[in-house]
Amino acid sequence: MAEKIERDEVSGTDTTGHEWDGIKELDTPLPRWWLYVFYATIAASVIYWVLMPAWPLVNSYTPGLLNWSDRRNVAAEMQELRAARAPMFERLAAAGAADLANDPELQQFARAAGESVFGDNCQTCHGAGGAGAPGYPVLADDVWIWGGSMADIEHTLRVGIRSSHPETRISAMPAFGRDGLLTPQQIGDVTEYVISISAANARLQSDARAAGRGAQLYQEQCAACHGDTGAGDRTQGAPSLNDDVWLYGGSRAEIRRQIELGRAGVMPSWDHRFDAGTLRALAYYVHEMGGGEPDAPAVEPASGGTAPQGTVTPTSARAPAAPADAERIDAGQDRGGEANATR
Amino acid sequence: MGVIAGCKLMVKGGFREDAAGILLILVIGIGLALFGAARAIDAPFAVQMWTMLTGFLLGAAAILYDFGKGPKADASSRYENGVVKAGVIASMFWGIAGLLVGVIIALQLSFPNIFYFTDHGWLNFGRLRPLHTSAVIFAFGGNVLIATSFYVVQRTCRARLAGGLWPWFVFWGYQLFIVLAATGYLMGVTQSREYAEPPWYTDLWLTLVWVVYLLVFLGTIWKRQEKHIYVANWFYLAFIVTIAMLHIVNNLAVPVSFAGSFSYSAFAGVQDALTQWWYGHNAVGFFLTAGFLAIMYYFIPKQADRPVYSYRLSIIHFWALIFLYIWAGPHHLHYTALPQWAQTLGATFSIMLWMPSWGGMINGLMTLSGAWDKLRTDPVLRMLVVSVAFYGMSTFEGPVMSIRAVNSLSHYTDWTIGHVHSGALGWVGFVSFGALYCLAPWLWKKKQVHSLALVDWHFWLATIGIVLYITSMWVAGIMQGLMWRAYNDLGFLEYSFVESVEAMHPYYIIRAVGGALYLIGALIMAYNLWRTATSKEPAHVRAADTPAAAVAAE
Repeated sequence: MAEKIERDEVSGTDTTGHEWDGIKELDTPLPRWWLYVFYATIAASVIYWVLMPAWPLVNSYTPGLLNWSDRRNVAAEMQELRAARAPMFERLAAAGAADLANDPELQQFARAAGESVFGDNCQTCHGAGGAGAPGYPVLADDVWIWGGSMADIEHTLRVGIRSSHPETRISAMPAFGRDGLLTPQQIGDVTEYVISISAANARLQSDARAAGRGAQLYQEQCAACHGDTGAGDRTQGAPSLNDDVWLYGGSRAEIRRQIELGRAGVMPSWDHRFDAGTLRALAYYVHEMGGGEPDAPAVEPASGGTAPQGTVTPTSARAPAAPADAERIDAGQDRGGEANATR
Repeated sequence: MGVIAGCKLMVKGGFREDAAGILLILVIGIGLALFGAARAIDAPFAVQMWTMLTGFLLGAAAILYDFGKGPKADASSRYENGVVKAGVIASMFWGIAGLLVGVIIALQLSFPNIFYFTDHGWLNFGRLRPLHTSAVIFAFGGNVLIATSFYVVQRTCRARLAGGLWPWFVFWGYQLFIVLAATGYLMGVTQSREYAEPPWYTDLWLTLVWVVYLLVFLGTIWKRQEKHIYVANWFYLAFIVTIAMLHIVNNLAVPVSFAGSFSYSAFAGVQDALTQWWYGHNAVGFFLTAGFLAIMYYFIPKQADRPVYSYRLSIIHFWALIFLYIWAGPHHLHYTALPQWAQTLGATFSIMLWMPSWGGMINGLMTLSGAWDKLRTDPVLRMLVVSVAFYGMSTFEGPVMSIRAVNSLSHYTDWTIGHVHSGALGWVGFVSFGALYCLAPWLWKKKQVHSLALVDWHFWLATIGIVLYITSMWVAGIMQGLMWRAYNDLGFLEYSFVESVEAMHPYYIIRAVGGALYLIGALIMAYNLWRTATSKEPAHVRAADTPAAAVAAE
């Protein structure tokens, strides 16, 4: 096809003379501003290459005049953060309950550290502020399954519940329905009895006849852990049934379902993830959420609290900072505190 | 038996190399698929093999049926339009499917308490997200690219599509790839490479289809009746060739078993990550940019009836774009284990890419000089032009986000999602819609699209949808980035991750609304195109529809 250069009337520019399916092209020169900005970006890139690590060589790379290294900078920043926090974490790890109670500066630090660690590790299940969720206990109230003193909470954090830790806190409620230990009728009776001895009776109004039948079953099947009166037993992690706080929901159907299935949640052990200072901070933060109980003096029964059978757990006797923990301060901080700093 | 019957039919119908070649592939495929189905070591693999087998059998049956109808009149005097029509229909179908899944996963992110299906894992975000991305990029975008390239290359070369039945093989082979990929995702079959999730056998099938696509395209250019190759064809060719290379290298893997869906990548560690993002970024560069620039270079001058603004600019920006894009991948891995020098190169090449990208925008927009008034009256042209504006915006935003300091704020946040969607919804979506609105009346020989008013509705709904989408993601993303990096005086993080997720809620809802508007626009379009194709008006034949006269005059 013969090439025919024409002048475009609108722009006053010539065409190139090519035509495809009616499409022609103008021979407009490159817009100057476009070209100069293009050159500028190239120049800026070349300058950046001169200053920063840029081009690969056989066994290394051009390091750049600024001698900049992300890896080194990050390591330095980590070191700086670690150094800035270290004295307080060490004080915290060594502090006893009395020290903490009388040291506002330490409290403030523990609250800040605890909040940060709680937010990224605990909040997903236990909710913001420890509000809880079905299957995940509320931490902001004063009802505790395994104890609510600083020492109890810290021990729970260390060993977890039904976790892989050798000393894990563990309790196992049978699945009375699923495993056929009780008939559906019997489960209904026990449900009514449990409601009758709980504060939920006010809103659910148990069936007196069924509850009467259930009383006997309760004594046979449940009282060993939950107590004759349903007060619960913290040494076994058996929740109190007298109050109106329910781990798996407080409707009639939900209470029944828990008796049927005996669900048992798992909390991981944090012993190997956090150092002693971080664990202490976390325990303090949880303790201060609203329902923390005073630490019991060693060996003697715990005072206060809502559960009459609140007792000493093996932890109460545990020294706040075991030597093994002290050795882990560095490694633990890498995971607990500093993983955050890399953001 | 089938083979003998096939041979008889072929003798009766007249031996044709194209049909024989396809049949051979299908017969081999049937054998392999049967073997795979029989020996499958995992259930999804068996299902995928049966799917392949069904596809191959249908293909073979269609070819034999075609033979049964006897020899055909020589069709070389006409352009091949059938496969383009099929491509238009497939584009619309997959487009709506992909957008719908997008809206569903946007709702899952907004209301996880409602749209999380405990008992139907295959319906949850992890499975649907790759379904959405693959459906919109490869199923919708890919079909638009194949259909428009088949249309454009014929017109700008004044030659019928090469290869006889092979273009149909490309079309149906590509649909089979889509079905295999999509059903695989739902069953959990994935190699976990973003935008390259399909497993090794699906990758192999796509490789075959893609090579045939390349040959069909090259063959048509080879027999062209024009001295020069039009700029749109450079871009199509760059897209086809580079995608072939990217696809093959990134998917190099060793299957655990030839009868199972799982495979191990040929790369490890940071090399694997870099290969993936070399692929990932160039999928953006060569699939979503070069290919759609080709569409722009044909449909905008055509619809505006104006000459392309600058031939020189098209040459310079083409080569600059092709050369620079391929280096930009490392900017997806800033502040990771990737060596810093590679990050530097990724960032600087992205910045140098800014003007080459804008060269396309300038050529697209300035082609309208002398025809700007048409934007008032022609909503199709408006859609095409606005797409170029979005292209310009996102190709500016991209280099900015590739700067390491900016990236330290934007990376991992929804800002990235917003950036992708301003390109995907604004540029790729709108330029595709514009091209499809042009193609429907051209292919079905109608004067114009059924209703310009409905095109207008589509345009405004979709535009509002995009604006809602990208503004909400900008705000959400920057907020997220700032929350993640906020420290208090004591050296602890101000916010937990969960708090940042909670803060996203309103923006996720706005995003879902934006996506829904965009989907509604596409539904209106599908109706409009359907009415266009089925309208009873007399055929409107365009002069450019037949190459024969021009060929004869040569």
